[in-house]
Amino acid sequence: MSELLIPITVFVLASFVGFEVITKVPPTLHTPLMSGSNAISGISIVGAIIAAGHGEGGAATVLGFLAVTLATVNVVGGFLVTDRMLKMFKRGDR
Amino acid sequence: MNPTLAGFAYLIAAVLFILGLKRLSSPATALRGNRTAALGMLIAIVVTLLDRQVVGYLTIVAGIVVGGGVGAFLAQKVEMTSMPQLVAAFNGFGGGASAFVAVAELIRGGDVAATRTLVSIGLSVFIGAVTLSGSLVAFGKLQGIIGGKPFVLPFQKVLDGALVVAAAAALVSVAANGSTPGAWLLFALAIVLGVTRTMPIGGADMPVVISFLNSLSGVAASAAGFVIESNALIISGALVGASGLILTNIMVKAMNRTLGNVLFSAFGGETEGGELSGDRVARRASPDDVAVTLAYAQKVVVVPGYGLAVAQAQHTIRELADQLEAKGVDVRYAIHPVAGRMPGHMNVLLAEADISYDKLYDLDDINPEFAHTDVALVVGANDVVNPLAREPNNPITGMPILDVDRARSVVVVKRSLSPGFAGIDNPLFYLDNTLMLFADAKKGLADVVTAVKEL
Repeated sequence: MSELLIPITVFVLASFVGFEVITKVPPTLHTPLMSGSNAISGISIVGAIIAAGHGEGGAATVLGFLAVTLATVNVVGGFLVTDRMLKMFKRGDR
Repeated sequence: MNPTLAGFAYLIAAVLFILGLKRLSSPATALRGNRTAALGMLIAIVVTLLDRQVVGYLTIVAGIVVGGGVGAFLAQKVEMTSMPQLVAAFNGFGGGASAFVAVAELIRGGDVAATRTLVSIGLSVFIGAVTLSGSLVAFGKLQGIIGGKPFVLPFQKVLDGALVVAAAAALVSVAANGSTPGAWLLFALAIVLGVTRTMPIGGADMPVVISFLNSLSGVAASAAGFVIESNALIISGALVGASGLILTNIMVKAMNRTLGNVLFSAFGGETEGGELSGDRVARRASPDDVAVTLAYAQKVVVVPGYGLAVAQAQHTIRELADQLEAKGVDVRYAIHPVAGRMPGHMNVLLAEADISYDKLYDLDDINPEFAHTDVALVVGANDVVNPLAREPNNPITGMPILDVDRARSVVVVKRSLSPGFAGIDNPLFYLDNTLMLFADAKKGLADVVTAVKEL
């Protein structure tokens, strides 16, 4: 049972941490928040790399390749575009 | 790599994600925050590449090169006005990746997997695929490839119901037998459901939809984390899931709706109704009138709406603000949560035009200020400044609005008196202290800038 309980515990606690942290993000940063957190959801690249790199070939490897590609677009594009946006946020004297 | 060591590295990655998000609590630290999170991702990727299960690198490198190239290209090229579509597409890719990871795991070891793993695979495939197709439809609507109008199929509810029942059956077959064809059937049904569920939602409701899909992409990553038993995925997915839900909630409240109402009511078409002015008369102003009103004010609050972004007038409004500030006018900006096409969109558009972020105020902070404001300058906004929201029994009753009518005078730059998305008339336009400058936002503001310079 603990095999299921532990990941569920992690999920629930992480959700609470997420709510606490995200509610402190001011509205002015909500777009970068969304694109940045979007890049974080590209963490599925971890599973994708394992699926693509296990070396057994066949359908699982093809799917792994697709997953790595999609997740990398998500990760690289998400972090870069967030960086680009946040550089625009300037204060005071221009 | 030693699994315990790898586990610690993933934990560090998760901590860096949380710290990164924490630093997004202020514009001063946000850039560092994003880089902190990116460092976390780099650590997670490197550790995974060193995983003992990974023996072949060709496929991985190919995927990273292709995906990295596409991602970097899109990130550099995208216009800030197109940010919602880009985020929608990225959401979809994240969801798709999670779904593919789950199917690949099923193919590799479904015959020996525990029931909980198989259930997680089914959920990951389902949520991931719905996110993928739903996001692509949202992308199409925002990009204008698909019409923004709600597109309702005949027997929509029956069809959706049948899809859900069929998907549930496929999920059971995956969970009970580890059936790969079952997983593909589930994938296909979820793809169709994502399309049929997003098509009926109007273009104006897309901010809610992409926020919600953002949340789903996180949940899909978490589900994939249950499949491959990775805390890094579970934690990161949960963070994103929470973030998306918060943003969804903010958008829904700002639009005076509920999530269920947005997702299931086929509302929010980009309709332009007729003019409902009746026999009241709006006071028409010239650019010169507006220039005088603004230049001799002490305090001006600009209320930008999406019409400003559509007209690409962000730089023009900054030019006007520069002119006014040179004359000693205090200029601020009031940003309604739904001023753009996604949460915080207008702030990015104004930041791009070099407007200092400490001049941007959100609804709760600026509303008390209107009573001490000389001129509220409303550009391309309508429903979000409609005082009818404070009256009972109309479509926007109770919607949070910017109280511009409490300012000493109001200038509205707008092409006509036509109603906004809510389809109702706006009494603000007929107030005694309201001046209407009928013009395209960019042209109108440029004329005002010229007039101010000539004063």
